[in-house]
Amino acid sequence: MATIILESVSKRYEAATIFSDLNLQVEHGECFTLLGPSGCGKTVLLRLIAGFETPDTGTIRIGDTVVASAGEESVPPDRRDLGVVFQDYAVWPHMTVLQNVGYPLKLAKIPEKEYIEQAMRAIGLVNMVGLEKRLPSELSGGQQQRVALARALVANPSIMLLDEPLSNLDANLREEMRFEIKELQRRLGITVLYVTHDQEIALAISDRIAIMDETGRLRQLGAPVDIYESPVDFFVFNFMGVANALRTNRRGDAVCVGEGAQVLHGPPQPAGVASLVAGCRPSDVILRRPDGTADAPEGVLRGKIRRASFLGAVMDYLIEIDGAYLRTEVETQEAIARNLMFQDGDPCDIGFHALHWFDGADVPEGHRPV
Amino acid sequence: MSFSLKKGETFGTAQIILFLSIAILVIVVAVPVLLIFANAFWDNNGNFNLHDVMNVLREPDTYQALLNSVIIASGTTIGSTTIGTFFAWLVTRTDLPCKKFMKAMFLVPFMLPSFIGALAWKMLLSPRAGYINRFFMDIFNLDEPFFNIYSYLGIVLVEIMYLFPFVFIQVCGALERMDPTLEESARISGAGLGTITRKITIPLVLPSILSGALLIMLYSMAHFGTVAVLGIENGIYNIPTLIYERIHQSAGSFESIRTGTVLASVLVVSAAFIIWMQNKILSKGHFQIIAGKSFRPMELKLRGLRIPLLVACCTYIAITIVLPTAVIFLVGALPTYGMPFTWENLSLENYKFILFDNQLTKDAIFNSVSLGLSAALITMFTGVMISYVIVKMKVRGKGVLEFLGMLPFSVPGSVIALGVILAWSGKFGINIYNTVWIILLAYIARYMAFSLKANSAALEQVHDSLVEAARACGATMWQALKDIVLPLVRPGMLAAFFLIFLPSLRELTVSIMLYAPTTRTIGVAIYTLNEDGETVVSAALAGVALVLIITGQSIINRFIARTTKG
Repeated sequence: MATIILESVSKRYEAATIFSDLNLQVEHGECFTLLGPSGCGKTVLLRLIAGFETPDTGTIRIGDTVVASAGEESVPPDRRDLGVVFQDYAVWPHMTVLQNVGYPLKLAKIPEKEYIEQAMRAIGLVNMVGLEKRLPSELSGGQQQRVALARALVANPSIMLLDEPLSNLDANLREEMRFEIKELQRRLGITVLYVTHDQEIALAISDRIAIMDETGRLRQLGAPVDIYESPVDFFVFNFMGVANALRTNRRGDAVCVGEGAQVLHGPPQPAGVASLVAGCRPSDVILRRPDGTADAPEGVLRGKIRRASFLGAVMDYLIEIDGAYLRTEVETQEAIARNLMFQDGDPCDIGFHALHWFDGADVPEGHRPV
Repeated sequence: MSFSLKKGETFGTAQIILFLSIAILVIVVAVPVLLIFANAFWDNNGNFNLHDVMNVLREPDTYQALLNSVIIASGTTIGSTTIGTFFAWLVTRTDLPCKKFMKAMFLVPFMLPSFIGALAWKMLLSPRAGYINRFFMDIFNLDEPFFNIYSYLGIVLVEIMYLFPFVFIQVCGALERMDPTLEESARISGAGLGTITRKITIPLVLPSILSGALLIMLYSMAHFGTVAVLGIENGIYNIPTLIYERIHQSAGSFESIRTGTVLASVLVVSAAFIIWMQNKILSKGHFQIIAGKSFRPMELKLRGLRIPLLVACCTYIAITIVLPTAVIFLVGALPTYGMPFTWENLSLENYKFILFDNQLTKDAIFNSVSLGLSAALITMFTGVMISYVIVKMKVRGKGVLEFLGMLPFSVPGSVIALGVILAWSGKFGINIYNTVWIILLAYIARYMAFSLKANSAALEQVHDSLVEAARACGATMWQALKDIVLPLVRPGMLAAFFLIFLPSLRELTVSIMLYAPTTRTIGVAIYTLNEDGETVVSAALAGVALVLIITGQSIINRFIARTTKG
């Protein structure tokens, strides 16, 4: 069974605590993504699992084997049966593609004929057939990436660790490669631990995602849809995409937007929170042209367009409601058809498909949706 | 990285390698230098004695030598920096014809040993017998020589000829790498070419100029050959030549060793200061404005000056490179020094004599080649090990090694020679004085800096993740070293080998202080033959040395061209 289990793992570098008392379980055969801002220690976690670092406290188990336990001799990286893909590829510049990919097999003392056959199969898997005699200097970044992937796959490891392997590629190639990685993982049934700061890739390839914050704490763990739709706190919400945050004020029992008196209707409010912030995605906003009455109808807010930008396929609006700001987009065709081509300063009516309540203390001062 | 020590494993392979590296540097470099300081500052009763040190420095001879070192080094530095910067600007920023060829020619003095150059100039310009002086005295019926090379000016001029490439190459590099948009934006703002050069270009390349100048200063302060050949005749001594003279003539008396060690201490301290200054200048961050890419810089149109400057450059090359080299080979072909260069006078007799008949020169060639090979091999391997610890390993106590690793860079040759004499003539129960082994040891100490530099540079190119990738693929630490690190640093190791082997073929400063009758090196043989008045034999041997060096250099150039291409 290719599971990875971390039990109360801590790691410090001199004065800096990277993370403390971390617990995590990656299940057999799943594609698990560790998502977090840069510098949050996710690479350190991967290096701990790979065996390039040792934990200060806690235990790391791969399958049934304890590979590292604080204070004990740990299993060296070469005996952990892992495939690792590094952020900078780490393709050996003095070896051809075939030699790079075949190196793990050569170390495993597999006879030459078999070894070439198997290496060529891995090269085929990443669509690199015909380039096997080339040196890395004669390959593009994307091709080197594939070599690194093939090299990690060739010895049929049960677990693959990938450290931001797509961050150095251009947008098109990145999109193509992320589907290829997912496809390979499904086909081969291996466990993948993928480390990245790019939420789009995480959503696209993962079975489960764990969100880590700057202090190395896990904020939320779950399926991509759960994370995106039901964020547990504002950090997760903000990290997963453009985040509107409407500050509120209380008037009796009612919660009103910004500094004004328009009542905000939403899901049941959490108890015991002093200042509430309502979060929504731009796509959760319903925009309407006011019908000429002085006040908005029941359950709808009246606001003002502060900035209207035509971006071709969509209209992008920045809207102010009594001192609170939010952003939304309307498809250009729809905007024309439904009379939603606003100018700067136009009044508008706003409703919501979905709202989340967050603790205002978690929202950074001066947060603007970007 | 992957070889960081696990907790509990307190005495693993890493510790052994670290210990070995420290031990090598301590024995080879630190002990000799420490002994010099100890001998300089403590008297024979074991008391710290600054008073005697001051007395030694106040002696007229030592004081004069210190002053001469400063005078010669300053003159050489100013001259070389001016010439080097001017030529560098000429070949990178103007439309001078045949710039590529010119650039290659200006780098030739790097290859030529300066004491052989000094020898050539002595043959041309010595006051009575020099060919040029005699030529002018005969034509114009002069009583006085046209130019006396046995003078401060003569010494400085010869040193400039052989040292200016240090500035030239640094400034060329800086000018070539400088982002031309910096100058272009100044031009767009309405600045003329003169203003741009003064306000933009010069300030940007100033760190490179200064760093090259300091390098020359360091080299010239500690330089033995030119002053030995041209100065001693007229009583001009600098620090290294005075150390040599004292140690050599007084056969190891306490007083002379005292003077030697005090002078050597002065050299070490000034060298350390110069290197510290250089690091300070280089770390000021001029690399930010000088991009790594190669651009096409603005070229100044020389117009009417194009041809005159070309002629000036060619004349410079002819006088400083072609003429002395030719004189060496021609004098080597004469039966006696002073005869005119006519066809009847020239023969290959001297060359035949030194290569086949003369035991002294045959020994010298054999000694130099075998010393060079062994020193290069040993230093290459120990250098790669020490660099590996410094660049790649995370072990406690590495700081000590980093400090020791800096030491070889700031210890001039004559200091090393004096240090090994103090350390290995029986003080620790080992006496290898008057054997080749003491020269070998001194060579290793002297050239360790080259090896550390080349190997560290190569190792820094080997990113840690390359080794980690191998480990993740199932390679043990040793397999990763053998399959990944070694092949990738091999070019650096080879570079280190040649960087040591070639200079050691022409080494003079160290071996002149350590040779015994049977352990002469090529440099020593050329120098002593010349001192003994065997000018033609000496010139012939110098010619052979030049052939050896030029052949070696072209092999390396071809090798480098091949490795950078493939």
